[in-house]
Amino acid sequence: MKTCLVVDDSKVIRKVARHILETLNFRVSEAGDGKEALDACLVSAPDVVLLDWNMPVMSGMDFLRALRVSAVTSRPKVVFCTTENGMAHIRAAIEAGADEYVMKPFDRETLESKLQIVGMA
Amino acid sequence: MISPQLRRPVDAVIPRSTGALQVFAALLEQRTGQLIAANRAWRIETALKPVLRERGLETMDQLAGEILAGVDPRVGDQVVDALLNQESSFFRDTAVLTMVGDIAQNLRLAMPTRNLRIWSAGCSMGQEPLSLAMLFAEQVEASGGRMPDIVATDVSGAAIARAKSGTFTQFEIQRGLPVRRMIRWFDNVGADWVAKPELIRRISFRRMDLVADPLPLGLFDIVLCRNVLMYLSPTLRRQVFDRLARATRPGGLLVLGAGETVIGQTDAFRPSQEHRGLYEATGD
Ligand SMILES: C[S@@+](CC[C@H](N)C(=O)[O-])C[C@H]1O[C@@H](n2cnc3c(N)ncnc32)[C@H](O)[C@@H]1O
Repeated sequence: MKTCLVVDDSKVIRKVARHILETLNFRVSEAGDGKEALDACLVSAPDVVLLDWNMPVMSGMDFLRALRVSAVTSRPKVVFCTTENGMAHIRAAIEAGADEYVMKPFDRETLESKLQIVGMA
Repeated sequence: MISPQLRRPVDAVIPRSTGALQVFAALLEQRTGQLIAANRAWRIETALKPVLRERGLETMDQLAGEILAGVDPRVGDQVVDALLNQESSFFRDTAVLTMVGDIAQNLRLAMPTRNLRIWSAGCSMGQEPLSLAMLFAEQVEASGGRMPDIVATDVSGAAIARAKSGTFTQFEIQRGLPVRRMIRWFDNVGADWVAKPELIRRISFRRMDLVADPLPLGLFDIVLCRNVLMYLSPTLRRQVFDRLARATRPGGLLVLGAGETVIGQTDAFRPSQEHRGLYEATGD
């Protein structure tokens, strides 16, 4: 079973994402900000991280940069999942090492499609 | 041959007393050959609600009445557009599209003097021809050679108009399209994503009914007709396969949707030995 870490400061979004991911056969864990997520990845790296942009404590972008510089944690596919839907944000995310990008609001098909693109569904 | 009853007006096919749903189903069949499977009949009303609203009508019977009265030709188009299944996505069945890309690449480089010709038949809002155009443009950029000509047709005028505009909603653009290709080939305009003119320019879009309208001119090296023919009657489907074969170069390839086949349906194509899952024109 593939594992996915859902990183979002909204409990509601985490719940929705968890539900969809579980129907896609993922084992899901959750984090409420980038720092929590980084700690989780140091313990056991998930296959995929679904990552919000704006969060307290540590943003998705800062999380991604920290994740990609460490050999221990660089493995997961990272799929941004955010309301930052402009071209500039998307480019920045890819330059920082994101594999895919989901523009909120999202539905099951979008998430499934993007996970297929990164070879995870 | 086109079966003659297809070209008769709907009210010649359907007695006036028949229920509204049958009128809609008959219209759809007459214009496109598509049969509404019994298990999808419930969708008719849902699909036609927006048409009712737009025309200021209250009931399905009134809408059927407008069709039978034949005063406004647009009402038929609206109903047909609403009833057609136009589900599509970018890079649908990615493995197959990648295979088509590889085949096209080899053919392209082997024929430096003429353009490869590709036909996307039943192209919906353009996701399929646009996916091919992206693949080909990237190949030409990487390894030179000539850009293939892409012809894209659909029976739905509304779908073709959308396809020509290259405009997709946030939901549509995220179906199957990798984000790197999205930002390379599309511009963000308001809430929508619009294909760059240099991509759209490579595709000739045209409204065309595969059952009855004249075929595009010339022969094609590769014809894609994916997820279009499964709700046609076996007789009509065979006729369309024969027509597709007439538009295909000898030895040219036909690409169908996942789960579709020509086996037992036509002698005009046979499974390709070389390219698993694709079909080649037999020339019969
Ligand atoms: C389900 S979509 C498939 C789109 C695309 N080929 C794909 O595989 O994603 C089927 C398309 O075929 C078109 N279509 C249905 N009957 C047709 C006909 N008789 N002639 C041309 N197009 C037709 C519909 O309008 C619709 O856009």
